Amino acid sequence: MLRVVSRRLVQLVITLIALMTLVFFWLRSLPGGPVDALLGERATPQTRETLTRALGYDQPIWVQYSRFLKNVVTGNFGNSIRTGEPVADVISRSFPATIELAVAAMIIAVGLGIPLGYLAARHRGRLLDNVTIIVTLIGISIPIFFLGYLLKDWLTQDIHFFPPSGRISTGTDNTDVTGFFVLDGLLTRELDASADALWHLVLPAITLATIPLAIIVRITRASVLDVLDEDYIRTADAKGLRNTTIRKRHVLRNALLPVVTTVGLQTGALLAGAVLTEKVYNWGGLGTLITDSISGGRDYPVLQALILLAAAVFIVVNLLVDLSYAFIDPRVRVQ
Amino acid sequence: MALLDVRDLSVVFQRKGATPFTAVDGVSFTVEPGQTVGLVGESGCGKSVTSLAIMGLLPRRGNTVTGEVRFDDTDLLTLRPQELRDRRGQDIGMIFQDPLSSLNPVIPLGLQVAEVLERHQGRSRQTALREAGVLLDAVGIPDPARRLKEFPHQLSGGMRQRALIAIALACKPRLLIADEPTTALDVTIQAQILTLLKDLVDQSGTALVMITHDLGVVAGLCDTVNVLYAGKVVERAGRHDLFADPRHPYTHGLLQSVPRLDADRGGRLHQIRGSVSDNIPWSEGCAFAPRCDRVVDDCIGETVPLEPAARGGALRCTNPVPQEVPA
Repeated sequence: MLRVVSRRLVQLVITLIALMTLVFFWLRSLPGGPVDALLGERATPQTRETLTRALGYDQPIWVQYSRFLKNVVTGNFGNSIRTGEPVADVISRSFPATIELAVAAMIIAVGLGIPLGYLAARHRGRLLDNVTIIVTLIGISIPIFFLGYLLKDWLTQDIHFFPPSGRISTGTDNTDVTGFFVLDGLLTRELDASADALWHLVLPAITLATIPLAIIVRITRASVLDVLDEDYIRTADAKGLRNTTIRKRHVLRNALLPVVTTVGLQTGALLAGAVLTEKVYNWGGLGTLITDSISGGRDYPVLQALILLAAAVFIVVNLLVDLSYAFIDPRVRVQ
Repeated sequence: MALLDVRDLSVVFQRKGATPFTAVDGVSFTVEPGQTVGLVGESGCGKSVTSLAIMGLLPRRGNTVTGEVRFDDTDLLTLRPQELRDRRGQDIGMIFQDPLSSLNPVIPLGLQVAEVLERHQGRSRQTALREAGVLLDAVGIPDPARRLKEFPHQLSGGMRQRALIAIALACKPRLLIADEPTTALDVTIQAQILTLLKDLVDQSGTALVMITHDLGVVAGLCDTVNVLYAGKVVERAGRHDLFADPRHPYTHGLLQSVPRLDADRGGRLHQIRGSVSDNIPWSEGCAFAPRCDRVVDDCIGETVPLEPAARGGALRCTNPVPQEVPA
C-alpha cells in the first residue's frame, strides 16, 4: 500500500512539472498580455517598456521559465499583477470558500445519490424507478447557470427564503479561523454565524450538486442492477441469507466500485461548475478569482498557481479513489 | 416416503412481446433419502431451470412455475419467500457451475462459509469462522486457517469449487443440488471434485441431485438417471440399465456421442444431427422426432406419454431402441 502511495506521489510531481510548463507557455502564447491590460491602449512606448522591464518580461522566455520553475519549487508564486499581493495570500483567501461549497455539494450528491440510485434499482421498472430516470436526465441536462438563476429568482426574489448572494450576512460578527465559515462558527461557538453561513450555502450547494447528483444516482442504479444479476448473489440466495444481509454485505460493496470512480471524477469536475455557481451567487471563491484574473489584467502568477492547484486537487482526489478502490476490492490490492 | 418429490413441474418464461417459452414441461421425479439422482441432457433442455425452480431461485418476474415440489411432504412452491429462505442453505444446499463467479469477489472466504452457519445455526461470528475452518479442511483445502482470510481470486478453480461445496454442506442439508459442478474445471480436477462429492454424500447420507450433460459424471455417481429433452423427462432408468441398455433413441444417441479411445483412427465421431432448437412442440408429437433416426409415423400427432418400463424407470417413446437380448 505504501509503495502505491509513494509511486502516486512521484507521478503527482511529474504531472505537476509537465503541467506547469504547459501552463507557462500557453498563457504567454495568448494575444495581449499583462502590460497591455494594465496600461491600456494609450500608453506611451516608454511606460510600456519600463513596466515590461519591471515585471521581467523583457528577459528571454527560457530565463523567465527557469525563474518561474525555481520560484515554484521554493513555494514562491510571485505577486499578483493586479493587486500586488503575494499569490499565496490571494489564493488562500478564496480557497476555503470554494472548498466549503464543493464539500457541501458533494455531501448532497453522494448522500442523496447513492441511496436514491439504490432505491431506483430495487424498484426497477416501477414508478419510482421511471421517475428517477426522467428526473436525473433533466438534472444532467440542465445548465448550471440556468438552474442557479432560476433557483435564485424563485427562492430569493419571488419568495424571500434564502439569501441571494454572499457567504454570510453583512454585519455578522464572525471570527475567521480557518476561512471555512460554517466550521469557524462551530470552532468559536458562534453558532449563529455558523447557521447563517450554512443558510447562505444551501442554494449554491444545491445548484452545484445537481449534475454530480444525477450522475451518481444513475451510476449507482445501473451498478446495483448489474450486481443483482451476478452469480454470487444467486449463491447468497441459495444460502438462505436474509435479504438485509444480502443487500448490505453482498450487493452494496460490489455496487460501490463504479460509484467511487464516478464520485472521484465528479469531484474533479466540480471546479468547472464552481466557476459558474460562484458567479451566480456572488460567492468569493476560486471560481470568481479565475474569472477576475483572466478578464481583469492577465494575472499570470495567480492563473498559474490556480491551474496548478486545480491539477493537484484532481490528482489527489484520484489517488484517494484508487486507495478506496483497493480498500473495497481485494483484487486490486497490490501484493 | 421420498425426500424430494417433484410432481408435474413446469416453468414458463413469459417476456414482454415474445411468445411464452416452456422451459420445463411437466417434469416429475423423486429422490429418496441418501440417493443420488441425475438430471441429464443437452444445454437448453431445462435441467438447470428445474434445479432453480426447486430452490425457488428463479426471478419472480416473467416466470410462471406450476406443479409441486414436495420436500419432506411440504410443497416448497407454496411456501412464503421467508419460509423458503429458512430452508435454503439449511435443508437444501446448492452448488453452481462456475465457482469463480459464484463466490463474492470482495468478501473473505471465511465469512462466505461462516455466514451460512450464522444464519441457520445461530452461531456467533467467531464460532462460525472456526467451524468454517473445519469445513474447509473437510473438503480438502490445505491450510484452512490461512484460506479463511483469503479472497476467491487467490484460490485455484478446484479450491473454489471445494469452498462452494463446503458452503453448500455447512449446515448438513439432507439434499444437495449440484448444477454442473465440474463443467468449469480441468479434467483432472473434475475427477477429484466428483470423488469428494461422492465421499461427502456417502458419509453424511445427503441425497444428491446431479445436474450434468456429462455422462461420465452420471456413470460415476448416480443411482437413478432422468434424461431430459426439451423440458420433459424422456427416459428414467437405473444407472446400469441406462448405460447397458438405453431404450430412448436420444439416450442412445448421447451414449454413442461419447468419443471412444478404441474407435478407429480417422473414423468420424458420432453425433446427433440437428440441435435442441430443431424440435416440434410436445403437443404435436415427440419433440425429438425431427432429429431421431428411428422416427415413425406414430411419433407425430399427439404427445407421447411417459410409460413405466418393465425393468423399472420409465420411457417416453413410440419406437424405442430394441432391448439387447443377453447372449
